[in-house]
Amino acid sequence: MITLNHYLIVSGALFALGLAGVVARRNIIIIYMCLEMMLSAANLTLVAFSRFHMVEGLPDYSAQALVFFTITVAAAEVAVGLAIIVALFRSKQSVEVEAVSKLQG
Amino acid sequence: MPILLFYFLAALTLGFGLMVVTARNPVTCALSLAMSFVGLAALFISLDAYFIGTIQILVYAGAVMVLFLFIIMLLDIQVESDKKPNLAAVIGGIVLAAVLAVQVATISSSLSLGDKTTSDVALTLQKVGTEMATGKGNLPTISNDLKAGTLPDAKLMGLTLFKQYGFHLQVIGLLLLVGTVGVVVLSKREKEVAR
Repeated sequence: MITLNHYLIVSGALFALGLAGVVARRNIIIIYMCLEMMLSAANLTLVAFSRFHMVEGLPDYSAQALVFFTITVAAAEVAVGLAIIVALFRSKQSVEVEAVSKLQG
Repeated sequence: MPILLFYFLAALTLGFGLMVVTARNPVTCALSLAMSFVGLAALFISLDAYFIGTIQILVYAGAVMVLFLFIIMLLDIQVESDKKPNLAAVIGGIVLAAVLAVQVATISSSLSLGDKTTSDVALTLQKVGTEMATGKGNLPTISNDLKAGTLPDAKLMGLTLFKQYGFHLQVIGLLLLVGTVGVVVLSKREKEVAR
């Protein structure tokens, strides 16, 4: 049978994949996609715990409300982040992380 | 849920997730990410979170992915150049991810709640429905659904959001407004200032 552990491990693996992508990739847009993946993995954990921790015979809807807020914040974050990437592309003509090295010592 | 279906959905989510990390063409990455989110939404629905699953498809697989594809095509990003990937970063990423995955697996196996299945914590819809119908502040639309044995997920979600988190909801609305204004300011072409 499927236990809470199954969901937690899927969520952990998805988070780890996203983390590997953020560290290893050099295209800023793909780094951004991996960040979205990590956020969704955290959402999966929240939803799994909400189902397995019941309040009066129903799933814990406070956790799902938190997921709702997370998704909203993620959507706003994507919009702002992509606008920053477009502005970056305008000034550097590139979306590689190596192009942004002004703060490098 | 049948156990095979769970493994299929998990494989869909993680397989396409792996493609996002490894594919060289940004458009392939974006479409794989959309598929991965669809699998994740199905996992949400398997956890009786119908509303969140729907929102996941609408917001992530719909709006966010369209935004990503739009930006990729607007900036006309080609397949990554032939430059060798930074070996140190790749090894670092794999090691970091492996350490994290092992950590999560160890912690979750020592969790007291971890071995419960969904049938161990079955929802008692009818019982909750009858209790709610006799209690104070009864909402017939919810308690009738519960008594009929269905989970009125969106209604309960709305009840929680507006009853307990009304202020937070308004703050989130303000955040979206600020985000919209920020995006407009950021993408406005600056006037050429005489330097």
